[in-house]
Amino acid sequence: MSQSSGTQQNPLIRRDRVFEFLIPRQVDDLDLSHGTALYLEDISVNFDGFQAISGLNFYVNKGELRCLIGPNGAGKTTLMDIVTGKTRPDTGSAWFGQRINLLRMDEAEIAQVGIGRKFQKPSVFENLSVFDNLELSMAGTRNLWKTFRAKIDGQTLSRLESMAETINLIDHLHSPAGMLSHGQKQWLEIGMLIMQNPLLLLVDEPAAGMTHQEMDQTVELLTALAGDHAIVVVEHDMDFVRALNAPVTVLHQGSVLAEGSMAEIQANPDVMRVYLGTEDVSC
Amino acid sequence: MSIQRTHQSRTSTLLFVIVLMATLIGVTVCNQLPESHPLHVGNYMITLLGKYLTYAILAVSVDLVWGYLGILSLGHAAFFALGGYAMGMHLMRQIGDRGVYGNPDLPDFMVFLNWTELPWYWLGFDNFAFTALMILLVPGLLAFVFGWFAFRSRVNGVYLSIITQALTYALMLAFFRNEMGLGGNNGLTDFRELLGFDLRSDEVRLGLFLASGIALLFVYLLCNVILRSRLGKVSIAIRDAEDRTRFIGYRVEHVKLALFTLSAMIAGLAGALYVPQVGIINPGEFSPLNSIEVVVWVAIGGRGTLYGAVLGAIGVNYAKTWFTGAYPEAWLFALGLLFVLVTLVLPKGVAGLFKRAKTGTSPS
Amino acid sequence: MLQRRCTLLILLFLIGTTTLARADVTAGSPELDAIFTQFVEGKTTQRTEALDDLAASGRDDTRLLLNAILEGDLMLHKPSSSIVWATKEGRQYQIQSLDRTGSVDTAGRRDVKRLKLDNRLRSYLRDLIAGLGLRSADPVERLAAISALMGKPDSMADELLTELLNAEEDANVKAALTSLLARKQVGSSIAAERVQGLVILRDDLSPDSRRLVSQLANNDPDNTVKEAALAVQQAQEGKVTLYGWLETLFFGLSLGSILVLAAIGLAISFGVMGVINMAHGELIMLGAYCTWAMQQLLPNSLTASLLLSIPVAFIFTGLVGILIERTVIRFLYGRPLETLLATFGISLILQQLVRTFVSSQNVPVANPPFMSGVIEFNSVFSLTLNRLYILAFCLVVFALLLALLKRSRFGLEVRAVSQNRAMARAMGVRSARIDSLTFGLGAGIAGIAGVALSQVTNVGPNLGQAYIVDSFMVVVFGGVGNLWGTLISGMTLGIANKIMEPWAGAILAKILVLVFLIMFIQKRPRGLFPQRGRAVDAS
Repeated sequence: MSQSSGTQQNPLIRRDRVFEFLIPRQVDDLDLSHGTALYLEDISVNFDGFQAISGLNFYVNKGELRCLIGPNGAGKTTLMDIVTGKTRPDTGSAWFGQRINLLRMDEAEIAQVGIGRKFQKPSVFENLSVFDNLELSMAGTRNLWKTFRAKIDGQTLSRLESMAETINLIDHLHSPAGMLSHGQKQWLEIGMLIMQNPLLLLVDEPAAGMTHQEMDQTVELLTALAGDHAIVVVEHDMDFVRALNAPVTVLHQGSVLAEGSMAEIQANPDVMRVYLGTEDVSC
Repeated sequence: MSIQRTHQSRTSTLLFVIVLMATLIGVTVCNQLPESHPLHVGNYMITLLGKYLTYAILAVSVDLVWGYLGILSLGHAAFFALGGYAMGMHLMRQIGDRGVYGNPDLPDFMVFLNWTELPWYWLGFDNFAFTALMILLVPGLLAFVFGWFAFRSRVNGVYLSIITQALTYALMLAFFRNEMGLGGNNGLTDFRELLGFDLRSDEVRLGLFLASGIALLFVYLLCNVILRSRLGKVSIAIRDAEDRTRFIGYRVEHVKLALFTLSAMIAGLAGALYVPQVGIINPGEFSPLNSIEVVVWVAIGGRGTLYGAVLGAIGVNYAKTWFTGAYPEAWLFALGLLFVLVTLVLPKGVAGLFKRAKTGTSPS
Repeated sequence: MLQRRCTLLILLFLIGTTTLARADVTAGSPELDAIFTQFVEGKTTQRTEALDDLAASGRDDTRLLLNAILEGDLMLHKPSSSIVWATKEGRQYQIQSLDRTGSVDTAGRRDVKRLKLDNRLRSYLRDLIAGLGLRSADPVERLAAISALMGKPDSMADELLTELLNAEEDANVKAALTSLLARKQVGSSIAAERVQGLVILRDDLSPDSRRLVSQLANNDPDNTVKEAALAVQQAQEGKVTLYGWLETLFFGLSLGSILVLAAIGLAISFGVMGVINMAHGELIMLGAYCTWAMQQLLPNSLTASLLLSIPVAFIFTGLVGILIERTVIRFLYGRPLETLLATFGISLILQQLVRTFVSSQNVPVANPPFMSGVIEFNSVFSLTLNRLYILAFCLVVFALLLALLKRSRFGLEVRAVSQNRAMARAMGVRSARIDSLTFGLGAGIAGIAGVALSQVTNVGPNLGQAYIVDSFMVVVFGGVGNLWGTLISGMTLGIANKIMEPWAGAILAKILVLVFLIMFIQKRPRGLFPQRGRAVDAS
């Protein structure tokens, strides 16, 4: 991972500034005292006969950056769906910290306790402007009346603008998100995710459609966020995963095949067999 | 998918307010002119315009949930009719003992059915304030209960449209029954006065027209405030990507429920203003065709723009009045063709044409 | 007082005329001559004896003659003093000799005389005829004779009944005899016999039998009989209730079959293609008008015109459907709410077309003879044929459709396109053609549903509107994209409607069903049998 020169440096990782969104927020019920942010235990999901996840155990530590890889159909997206409440598992338990049972909550509640998600296909609100997209995602009240009464003060405005600057969309602040290019939408979605200021970020294929330079910036951004935020990154691009320099979990047919550093994973015979049977690990 | 900014721009709102005010004042002035004057607007026209204005309010209520929230309600005529019935019940009570049977306690149709006692749900409708409350509460409550279950179990899209249609159909069948105590087949009619004013007098007709205009203005501004707020943006977000909105933490069902209920109340208000102007409310107002017609007004005017809904309602109804006068056979052909053409060639309605003209073919 | 005097006068007059006509009568054979002479000229007892003699004569035409006497078809021709067949022809009578061999002559009004009958004789004649019928070789005649005696079991001698019962071989006739015996027995003065009768009546649910049983249950002086009667009464009531339920079930299935017929075309266009066809009701209406048109073309053969209108309606509405698909729906795939609006517009146009070019009134559609009639299982349970045929028709249409979609090349392509359009195209399926044909198929089935509906409901421009909401509810309740679901949901809704109707009334039952459906869909938005795998996402 090469550090860019000062002028090109991403403002997010400038050490002389502390962004509000980089400070993890406090959720009352959240208890991370045991050091584990996410517990998934013995999860199984069956879609009309197709076993998408079977007996999966998966833990993410507080502040950890974790990569999730695996061939198509290994269950990566389903895993994210379970954590964010989109899919209910047939068996198993899913806890956020010690106290929050994710299986008892719907998508909105899960998002409100601090789990954010970036989708594989960029899904921004196309008819809303970049500004509006960021404004809606901004952490804060989700109460109906307060949402109606919400005003944008100077501080909020500058936060939104600086985020737009960070994701290089300041020139497009008031154009509809639908007009953006694929890569710009990816950035907007990352920006929306960060505005939510979640404690756990689930990032599905952030590098798709990005240039190499943008990929580098994303790597910097994610590594900067890690530590205070737990992050799970799903990615097919192995260069990107390598650049993240983080522990890797390999999913295969709905359960964990291997866990370890990238080097260990690459040397693992099981992983070789699964991948080499279909595709090269380094592709 | 083409892109458009859907929230209300300040200019369009201002323009709308000015045009509406000018129309209200202009029509009032022209109404006072002597009949021989070329610009004189007759009382028949006043009532007709008043009716169009209530339709415009109804169209705004449909646009609020369809254009901005993506809920295609095929049952808004039900809320409109409920508001109308509430007003009709008050007007029935105002008849007092001047009915055909001269019974001071019971409306004529109850005497006709040999009822001896006023049903409990008629109590209180002698009072205008109570009635005004019911005009908003009854449709609002129905929408709230219906929406509570529907949105919580995430019934959406076509399924929601179909059950809203079933709802209004069921209500229509129910109101046709004499046992409902609401006039059955004939509905409520033969109204005489409202708040002590004779409904047939010219001044009251003008007054109701102005009241409808002011109600439209109020409703328009209210919707405008909501849509310009962050809540309005959330609603557009829900319309375009409901799941995504959930994942950033908004309770989609709460937003839907709130706006749907509000929309039903607005429809009820429209119905209440409609009834004294046309002089009758009957179960036919619940017919599924009526609800779908409202949707077509909005579609033609341009959903997702409030002024489009108003334009559509007034334009289509003007055309209907003209057609049914000139070529009564042809109206349903014309309406049918409108449905087909607007979906095929004008998905953004007339308002979409305006926008394209204003911004040029490619928005910057 | 006056009336009495009149009667007396008439009687005197009658006696006078008979005395005047005292002369032997001829009737074609010595035996008949004697009988009819006695009948015409004899006193009351002699006249009955004459009838007895005729009944016992063993001639082939005995019943015929007795019946003719009863109906007044035989008359005395005064000039020839003979008994003749006579039919009134204007102011005169056509007469023919008794053996029907001679030529037909005319006779003046005053030349013929009726064979006098009074009520007692008429009743005696009927009994005689019935008694003869009991011994007829034709079981149908025997059965008719027994039925005639059901109301007055005591007019038949015990010995005769026992003899008949022992000789009888036909099961139906035997059952009728048994039930006649039971009626005799419950009227008996011996308690044991009454109980025997009750045992037999247990299986007879006719109102008459139930009345007899309830009489015994309420009034019998003997307690054992009374108890037995009470038990039988209970058993009978249980059966009546059971058959009542069966009848409700049948009515429910019948309504269900109509709902299924109306909905199944929609299940195809909505379920398979994701198109909300609001003009579906009008396609049904067009199908019903096809039946009407065929009856106008072939007014003399109702059966043929009805059978022919099935393919005609299928092809005609199918073509209309394809036209709609090609001109409108093709441009709206993937936008179900837009198809809803556009097809609604089409429905208005179709309705108005019918109003303009046919009539805004209902048109008459006749039922062919084979559709009318009932199958009677017993006195409390019978099925009307037209409903039975429609139920069968619905099942046949359903089976054919299922076979078409599951077993044919076309069905395979339809399913392929509905599951993954892009992939199907890549595999060489011409998806645009399949879309047209699928929509046409749905429309064609709407057409044949219209043919069926024309037999049970009024045919008019608004026919379709009455069914569109119901059809959608059936499809959504069953689960979109699932034909079996549509069948089960249609039948369920039909039965539910009919179960509620007795206590709620037809309209309230319909409202309750609608409310139930609205709540059900909120509970299970994907219906009873949600489509598996990649669901048709209609939003």
